[in-house]
Amino acid sequence: MLRLIPLLPFLGFLVNACFGRRLTRKAAGAVASGVMLASLVVSLVAVRNLAGRPSPARAVVEQVFSWIRSGDFNVNLTLRLDPLSAVMILVVTGIGSLIHIYSTAYMDGETDSEYARYFSYLNLFAAFMLVLVLGSNFLVVFVGWEGVGLCSYLLIGFWYQKKSASDAGKKAFIVNRIGDFGFLLGVILAFVRFGTLDFQDIARSASALSPETSFGTLSLITLLLFVGATGKSAQIPLYVWLPDAMEGPTPVSALIHAATMVTAGVYMIGRNAVLFGHAPLTLRIVAAIGVATALLAATIGLVQNDIKRALAYSTVSQLGYMFLAMGVGAYAAGIFHLYTHAFFKALLFLGSGAVIHALGGEQDLRRMGRLRRELPITYATFLVGAMAIAGVPGLAGFFSKDEVLYRTYAGGHTLLWIVGLATSLLTATYMFRLVFLAFHGARDAPPAMAFALIVLALGSIAAGYAGVPRALGGSNRFERFLEPSFIVSEDTGGGVPVQADLDAETATASLEVGLMAVSTLVAVGGIGLAFFFFLKNPRAADDMANRFAGLHRVLVNQYYVDEIYDATLVQPIRIVSEDGLWKGIDVRAIDGAVNSVGEIVGGASEILRRLQTGSVRGSAASLFLGVVLILGYYLWR
Amino acid sequence: MPTLDHYLVLSAALFAIGTAGVFIRRNLITILLSIEIMLNAVNLTFVVFGRALGAVDGQIIVFFVITVAAAEAAVGLALVIGLFRHRESLNPDSFASLKW
Repeated sequence: MLRLIPLLPFLGFLVNACFGRRLTRKAAGAVASGVMLASLVVSLVAVRNLAGRPSPARAVVEQVFSWIRSGDFNVNLTLRLDPLSAVMILVVTGIGSLIHIYSTAYMDGETDSEYARYFSYLNLFAAFMLVLVLGSNFLVVFVGWEGVGLCSYLLIGFWYQKKSASDAGKKAFIVNRIGDFGFLLGVILAFVRFGTLDFQDIARSASALSPETSFGTLSLITLLLFVGATGKSAQIPLYVWLPDAMEGPTPVSALIHAATMVTAGVYMIGRNAVLFGHAPLTLRIVAAIGVATALLAATIGLVQNDIKRALAYSTVSQLGYMFLAMGVGAYAAGIFHLYTHAFFKALLFLGSGAVIHALGGEQDLRRMGRLRRELPITYATFLVGAMAIAGVPGLAGFFSKDEVLYRTYAGGHTLLWIVGLATSLLTATYMFRLVFLAFHGARDAPPAMAFALIVLALGSIAAGYAGVPRALGGSNRFERFLEPSFIVSEDTGGGVPVQADLDAETATASLEVGLMAVSTLVAVGGIGLAFFFFLKNPRAADDMANRFAGLHRVLVNQYYVDEIYDATLVQPIRIVSEDGLWKGIDVRAIDGAVNSVGEIVGGASEILRRLQTGSVRGSAASLFLGVVLILGYYLWR
Repeated sequence: MPTLDHYLVLSAALFAIGTAGVFIRRNLITILLSIEIMLNAVNLTFVVFGRALGAVDGQIIVFFVITVAAAEAAVGLALVIGLFRHRESLNPDSFASLKW
């Protein structure tokens, strides 16, 4: 039954790709949304069956077929549903369905064939993403991993007539390829080290080892895998593609570049929690990169004037939080944040999409404003999303972000915690800057769009209650549910759980509540700052910008990272490729060798052809002479 | 009584005459005739050796050679006629267009 989950969207892709031109747009949209909803239903049934089992036995394995058999190298196309992939398929199919529905209204300006093309890509993406999260070994995951990268490229460059869109697509693809190269090396090294690509087998082998204290094979494997994660999940140094990816249609940004695909890296680390747990050096790097990305992206997000670009930096920043959680070993907290983030970030993107749709394509915050009255549903839902991401108590983001920060603090990473807290202040500020600039100081969303917005807003409120921490009287059910995915259970020959049980031992409820109070204060403080600078006293923001003109310019230009990459990497590669590889090696050496062989043969022939005189008697004489010579040789030998 | 050597010398002489004819004469028909002389020199060798060894193989081969030579003469003469119609000449040196 598991195979149906990715197969249904794939069928939708086939229908829209093959017959899309002949379908009416209503039919194309209905097919695409229908298969997603069907996939959601199958996923719900599968997850309900899974949840009905006792905790250690919560895994369903389904071998679709034996894929590669070559000596010791055996790979099967196997799907595996466990708590971690259960959360992921629900996010992908649930939010995916909503975004398909939303898109039926959002893309109504396209021609029929473009409309079908859009939905075929979207369905293909969903199919690959589901393969990625259901795959039970590295190679199956890699298929999904590359497939979502391809769909991301196709969808960013969906409006390929626009140069900036096709450039952004290429940039995303190339930057992702750099990461994927690292990922692939990591996979190969893992195979060399463990002799298998199956996640469970690798986890079992790894758990038998002691954690590496110095930089060894496990550290190298995990570090290479993390390079792949930085590409797909937009972390330093490979995050540069994500802001440009906003050239794609807004629902795509919501689905792929906020809710699902970019979380693949976080998921992959969670999937290999045991392996990463045995490489503490890599985990430290993951945490440091995560928190640095969170802070860097938040500062850039503070000054962006393009609403989608600001949201993109917000996504990069939130992904940083997830990596921070992974890096401090709080895998469940990281996945929890992934799951709540999917709701509110999809909501924020779709809300911004509704604004852009209503304003006929305007994305500049400075030209928006006072949309509160004209777009009441959008405003209300966007506000919910902003409150959720800012960490207002009671909303989804509060529980998950707080869990991440609490785990960081409790794990003794005070510096990381301080940076994380500072980032959450910035998060609240930049989010409410968007709210105030766009809505305070057209028509409302069409029903299909409003529906998706409302469902996501409800999710942004309610999703957090799946994991209310103990300190607040909850039972942290989400984490309990996920736990089997991060450890090797006893009956399969595993050992010690890699994640220390903080709830029971080191941490106290009062500490957690205290930290929550701090983050709440920070969130409110951030909102207050935004209120002061962008609503009450708009001139103050300009004053600040003028006073710190240098800093402001650096932030507006996104720390000149694109320019630095261009100067230090792209241009040297271009020069080496053009003057060295192309004009030097290809034109001179390779073409030169080929051409000179031709010239030598031609020159020699020019001389030898003189022998061909055409004289009949000459030919007869040479024939005769030849016979005499050969016979003479044999006679007098 | 002539011995085997006499016949072989005769055959070699005929072959040399034929070869010289092919190279020296400037008339295609004469050259064809010279080739026939060369063939017959070889035929003579076959017959002589067959006789000397007391086997009929040599004579059988000669029959084949005569048959092929007849066919060759027919084809050769047809070609010569064709060439003459083309160039109004039987001098082999005037047919030298098959060159570089």
